[in-house]
Amino acid sequence: MNVRTHMSMIFHLDKCIGCHTCSVACKNIWTDRKGAEYMWWNNVETRPGTGYPTQWENQEEFRGGWERKKNGLNLKLHTRFQGLLKLFYNPSLPDLRDYYEPFTFDYQNLFNSPQKDVQPIAEPVSMITGDPIDIETGPNWDDDLGGSNVYAKNDPNLESLPEEVREQMNELERLVFNYLPRICNHCLNPACVAACPSGAIYKRGEDGVVLVNENSCRAWRMCVAACPYKKVYYNWSTGKSEKCILCFPRMETGQAPACAHSCVGRIRYMGVLLYDADRIPDAADVPDEELIAAHREIILDPHDPEVIAAAKANGIDDGWIESAQNSPAYKFVKEWELALPLHPEFRTMVMMYYIPPLSPIVSIIEKNLFRLDLMNEDYDFELFDRLDAARLPVKYLANLFTAGNEGIMRTVLRKLLSVRIYMRRKTVDGVVDDVALKTLADAGLTEEEAIAIYKMTALPTMEERFVFPPYHREMSIEAGMDPLAHKGEAGLGYIQQPKRGS
Amino acid sequence: MDWNQLFFVLIPYISVTLFIAVTIYRSIFRPFTVSSLSSQLLERKKLYWGSVPFHYGIVLILLTHLLALIFPKALLLWNAVPIRLYLLEISGLALGLWALAGVVLLIYRRISVAYIRKVTTPMDIVVLLLTLVSIITGVLTAVGYRFGSTWFTGVFTPYLWSILTLQPRPELVAPLPWLIQLHVLNNFILLAVFPFSRLVHILTWPLHYLFRPWQIVIWVRERRQLAE
Ligand code: HEM
Ligand code: SF4
Repeated sequence: MNVRTHMSMIFHLDKCIGCHTCSVACKNIWTDRKGAEYMWWNNVETRPGTGYPTQWENQEEFRGGWERKKNGLNLKLHTRFQGLLKLFYNPSLPDLRDYYEPFTFDYQNLFNSPQKDVQPIAEPVSMITGDPIDIETGPNWDDDLGGSNVYAKNDPNLESLPEEVREQMNELERLVFNYLPRICNHCLNPACVAACPSGAIYKRGEDGVVLVNENSCRAWRMCVAACPYKKVYYNWSTGKSEKCILCFPRMETGQAPACAHSCVGRIRYMGVLLYDADRIPDAADVPDEELIAAHREIILDPHDPEVIAAAKANGIDDGWIESAQNSPAYKFVKEWELALPLHPEFRTMVMMYYIPPLSPIVSIIEKNLFRLDLMNEDYDFELFDRLDAARLPVKYLANLFTAGNEGIMRTVLRKLLSVRIYMRRKTVDGVVDDVALKTLADAGLTEEEAIAIYKMTALPTMEERFVFPPYHREMSIEAGMDPLAHKGEAGLGYIQQPKRGS
Repeated sequence: MDWNQLFFVLIPYISVTLFIAVTIYRSIFRPFTVSSLSSQLLERKKLYWGSVPFHYGIVLILLTHLLALIFPKALLLWNAVPIRLYLLEISGLALGLWALAGVVLLIYRRISVAYIRKVTTPMDIVVLLLTLVSIITGVLTAVGYRFGSTWFTGVFTPYLWSILTLQPRPELVAPLPWLIQLHVLNNFILLAVFPFSRLVHILTWPLHYLFRPWQIVIWVRERRQLAE
């Protein structure tokens, strides 16, 4: 057992209101620069939809992630040798038009325009060339199902759904969507790291953050194609790749990353996960149906004395272990088994997890009138026993979060519904009847667990949502540099501008 | 000092010195500036038709130059059979023309595509034009003064070695036609420009990728132990 620590984020999708505050917070801090205008390290997609960059899940085109072959896991993008030959040009790389052409508006014209018969306008201009452009698309052009005939209809996750279900999802009475906020998943088996010919991308051992060393990056840009989530971006101005850094400077000082901290819906949780690094290769190399189980398997119980001993033997200090014991991530992923990885079939072993969204009951057409598809006898709005009457098809969610395994998705949804039913009886009706208790038992939860899930979902304080370990960055700096020797020196020393070479 | 001394002794030494010193300085002290500065994100179609022929052509031709420099005897032995000589010359010429087509398209792309103009530095143009001159003079030499692969070993192999071993013999190049002299001079200028331009990307061709493990994990803790 090789115990390591990892910072993990949980997204409770039922709580996301799609406000994009997270994206804007991130942009203002990290990507408000020349060459980075088109990058959204954090973006929020409407699902069903094609996402950003458009069709990023279509790995036949972009060739991201890992593939199972006879000799084990291989990059879908290239073998090492092919990688070296394809540096001059790489067909799998997304084009700027797959993201969008960043634009701004010529506001000066509102002030400087000569007098005319008509009001001056602020014309849209490209942020790359500065020329006027016709804006054709943006990073969230399909927000709230806008243009759904182009976007929602072409969601790759709909492909394996029966034709009639897909048709229905286009009809008004079955219309449904949810939001999917996405950042870099800081994977355990990252494809970007593996694809970088220069070895410029690495994972931090202490917290698992995946970073690009821009001093070593040579713009071979294989990482951009290899990441199945398209979360490495190429800065066309500096000629270097960039990606989400999980706001590590904030985490090192005990603050949540900007996206999580600013989240209006408070959908995000963060905490430490302990995992067994020796078992990563095996866990990533199992058939699709077993992926979730294998993934859960390598996450270790921070209360288990054996794990604690192994962690200490690996140099993990008590602060991190204690933090792992209080981690909301551990509770959601492992204890309650509610949080799931996005597209586990890409086999990069993500460390950011999603609690899938519930959706309303479908309506049916009866005598030309719309009617909710309710059981007449008891007007049961709940979908507990009838998940197929939910507007989001279980298969669709399974394609997103469980590599198509509907069984696991049903288990998770039923747990979420049972907590809801139980708490409604308790707080609205005032009595918990046998039906509610039976629902809980059927879903595999105890009353204590249901209450804990409810509290963590609906009432968590900031300290419960974000549990950060003491990084003790000051100590690691002291080890490499004598603070007394540097006392009196001005600040950070000689740091070079990230200026484009020639 | 006559022209010969200037072109084939002084300039070569300035070039080689700049090449070595500045390249080392830049890789150690200015690593951020070392990049192939890909522009595929902004324009991909012309890049494909330009970059692929150009690179395959130029890299293979440079390799044969290098082989002729290091293993002249082997080259002569190969050329001893006429059919093999023709084969070598024809493939060399084809690669040259291929590279020529590529570089012309790359220059056209730099000038005509608005997105690419935005990321074009003066140095990019200098490099592309110098490369163009190199390829044109090279191809013309191959056509006009046959058979290069045979006389290279008699003239250039000793000349280049004389430069590298600090016993310059410019008289070897002096009697050559001006076209070939231009090819040589231009390449030395290209060498001088090399460390100041994106050409440094050639030296960072990541061969070690074939041997490194897939995953890279770096610990602050281990660095701490090293420091102790
Ligand atoms: C082993 C070797 C080489 C590799 C891996 C390599 C790789 C690259 C890459 C990735 C680019 C950027 C293409 C893009 O815009 O996406 C590039 C551009 C370029 N390379 Fe190379 N290269 C190699 C050898 C050479 C050689 C030998 C030369 C010339 C003497 C050369 C000259 C150039 C030039 C002039 C450009 C700029 C093209 C343009 O965009 O206008 N390269 N190279
Ligand atoms: S800030 Fe929170 S609620 Fe708003 S879109 Fe982002 S994740 Fe959703």
